Amino acid sequence: MAVNSEQTADRKAMGKIINRYPPERRYILAIMQDLQKQFNYLPKDALQMTAEYVNTPMSVVYSMATFYKAFSLVPKGRVVLKTCDGTACHIKGSNIIIDEIYKTLGIRPGETTADGDFSLETVNCLGACALAPVLVANDRVYPKVTPASLREIIEENRGRRDESTERE
Amino acid sequence: MNQLKGNNPGRRTILVCCGTGCLANGSAAVYEALCDALKGNDKFEVETLAKATGCNGLCEKGPLVKILPDDITYCKVKAEDVPEIVEKTLQQGELVQRLLFRDPATKKYYKSHHETNFYKKQHKLALRNIGEIDPSSVQDYLDRDGYQALEKAVKRMSPAEVIEEVLKSGLRGRGGGGFPTGLKWKACAAVDNPPRYVICNGDEGDPGAFMDRSILEGDPHTVIEGMIICAYAISASKGFIYVRDEYDLAVKNLTKAIENARERGYLGKNILDSELSFDIELVRGGGAFVCGEETALINSIQGNVGEPWDKYVYPAEKGLWGQPTVINNVETWANIPVIINDGAAKFASIGTEGSKGTKVFSLVGKVVNTGLVEVPMGTTLREIIFDIGGGIQKGRQFKAVQTGGPSGGCIPESLLDLPVDFDTLTQAGSMMGSGGMIVMDDRTCMVEVARYYVNFLAEESCGKCVPCREGISFLLETLTRICEGKGKLEDLDLLESMSCTIQQAALCALGRTAPNPVLSTLKYFRDEYLEHINNHRCPAGICKELTEFYVDEKLCTGCGRCRRNCPADAITGEKKKAHTIDPEKCIKCGECIDNCKFQAVKVK
Ligand SMILES: Cc1cc2nc3c(=O)[nH]c(=O)nc-3n(C[C@H](O)[C@H](O)[C@H](O)COP(=O)(O)O)c2cc1C
Ligand code: SF4
Ligand code: SF4
Ligand code: FES
Ligand code: FES
Repeated sequence: MAVNSEQTADRKAMGKIINRYPPERRYILAIMQDLQKQFNYLPKDALQMTAEYVNTPMSVVYSMATFYKAFSLVPKGRVVLKTCDGTACHIKGSNIIIDEIYKTLGIRPGETTADGDFSLETVNCLGACALAPVLVANDRVYPKVTPASLREIIEENRGRRDESTERE
Repeated sequence: MNQLKGNNPGRRTILVCCGTGCLANGSAAVYEALCDALKGNDKFEVETLAKATGCNGLCEKGPLVKILPDDITYCKVKAEDVPEIVEKTLQQGELVQRLLFRDPATKKYYKSHHETNFYKKQHKLALRNIGEIDPSSVQDYLDRDGYQALEKAVKRMSPAEVIEEVLKSGLRGRGGGGFPTGLKWKACAAVDNPPRYVICNGDEGDPGAFMDRSILEGDPHTVIEGMIICAYAISASKGFIYVRDEYDLAVKNLTKAIENARERGYLGKNILDSELSFDIELVRGGGAFVCGEETALINSIQGNVGEPWDKYVYPAEKGLWGQPTVINNVETWANIPVIINDGAAKFASIGTEGSKGTKVFSLVGKVVNTGLVEVPMGTTLREIIFDIGGGIQKGRQFKAVQTGGPSGGCIPESLLDLPVDFDTLTQAGSMMGSGGMIVMDDRTCMVEVARYYVNFLAEESCGKCVPCREGISFLLETLTRICEGKGKLEDLDLLESMSCTIQQAALCALGRTAPNPVLSTLKYFRDEYLEHINNHRCPAGICKELTEFYVDEKLCTGCGRCRRNCPADAITGEKKKAHTIDPEKCIKCGECIDNCKFQAVKVK
């Protein structure tokens, strides 16, 4: 019962986002960006609704959702760690940071921890190369990350995750 | 000496850099603290105003705070420093010396960043307003001659004259290809098939490059003005700015700038009472490197998967929805108002024979001053890296500079006196690209760098054509094997022959240029490949399987720095005695070798 009403609420929210745009194929990308922001991933229902709305086969919408890096078809963790692996960050050891995250949390880029707490993504440049290597955890930017500071960052964000669930 | 001259023309402006780099360093808190401190404070003789600006190019020293008209630059400012700045500088007219820019080499303090070598050797055209204006204020842009070029074009020049001016300026596209911009416009205007479209390519997916993004964030109106001028020249009715959604600040500032331009009548119907009607729509990209390729980008705007076209047709003839389309790079657009305002001749007087004007680079990596720089074409790599960039960090040895992004190449020390322009870089086996410039030192492994780029391209290849898809993954496998110490001598020949095949057979430029990082490192750094293959050793200490660190007893002072910083507790030693590294525990993170002040940590 509860699940159902949640679903209806979700579908309503999806519809609201989709209806913000004219029903034309060229707005699929914009719709998906907004959906991704709202839900943290692209629910299948949402893709279906988008496809119907712009009158385009689901296969097209689906192939776009998988093509662009911004989109995820599975829910992401409550804290998304974005490690920059742009060239500047790479030659300053971002791969060490990625290895260390794997050792601590057991996830590689594109994966989410089993408890749904953390996801790891890599990005190509955060525009802060002077501060390489850079890591972003839910929009908080951490400059000049080292294996030692990474541990603190992870601990700090475990805390933040609790904060946010408590508030809900 | 610390006293400031008291000739304040009635108003002081405080500019707080709120570019991505400074924001990451906490400039938002500084800005808030300043606004709070200024609000209702009646102790000033002059009216004071705080503004948030785009990147000043000195992100390494951020957050940056500039005070005008005194022309003071404070570096690494924290919110806690604000009361002191307010009291000392704003009220008593004194400098806060500890916050001034200090030259690491000469230890000299500079009152303003304008006096530093980092700034003096630059020539700002495309970046002329960035760091000087609040990007969310159209008035700030207008105060610095904004939209004057548009007015001049629309009111005093014919469309053909505008195109002629751009042609004569010699401006070549800054997105990498270097195609003459005037020719592109002329070709598009000549196709008698309206409607015509104008596109700004702001996809910028190069790893380690943020020039375009900084322009969009720090001076969005210059790009908009450039596009409107083009619309006038080629009679276009609609424009699109394609920018990655992940660049939130760029999206935010552009959205506002487009709205403001509409309100002021620079966009919309009958612009400046002329026949021209033109509007701009923002398209938020989804992040795919190949989408920066113009035909892929057009596909993406149309609501298709962002893959390049099978058969190349110039977008100027048949572009967006099959209509004639001009597509230019962000930095290209930013140069247009300058050319129209100052005239083609002045623009063409800067630069080299074949490449006019300036180029913006994101100078990053192992260089002292990291950030955005804009220099006249023809400036040498040495000037950029050593004079402007201040040389290599931590006094280490320069090894290579990589230009041109994943399609570019690595340039060795012997070519540092090369004057940088489109043609010289291509001859050196690299390319201009969009302006990434990554400086590498003796702690960078060139084989691993090649592997890194190839890996990037393997992930970003859209997979549509076989030479690109299969060829790149072959390169990747081979390079990975070499990095793991399993390489064979024959691999080097295989890398070369496969590279040739890909160059000739791939469909789009992503594939055709993908072998560049491999070929350029093979050409200039073959020794390093051989060291990996023959001696199972990575001289830079990067490839983990081939690296072992040790402490040179003779050099170690026993300061203990490495021991304290080692995340794996792999280092032991008593105070003032030589330390040792336990290779079993060592995770090869390189913290010790990078931070030992006595260069005592070595690669076995
Ligand atoms: C794989 C690939 C990626 C590209 N990425 C970009 C980019 O991010 N930004 C850009 O302006 N041009 C990019 N280009 C070049 C564009 O195709 C095009 O040449 C350019 O936008 C034209 O503008 P310009 O003449 O002002 O340089 C890319 C090309 C290729 C092959
Ligand atoms: S940091 Fe260098 S000098 Fe100091 S203990 Fe370690 S190896 Fe020795
Ligand atoms: S490389 Fe890293 S893990 Fe190994 S000894 Fe040095 S600091 Fe410790
Ligand atoms: S490469 Fe990491 S921020 Fe630019
Ligand atoms: S972001 Fe402030 S100097 Fe670059």
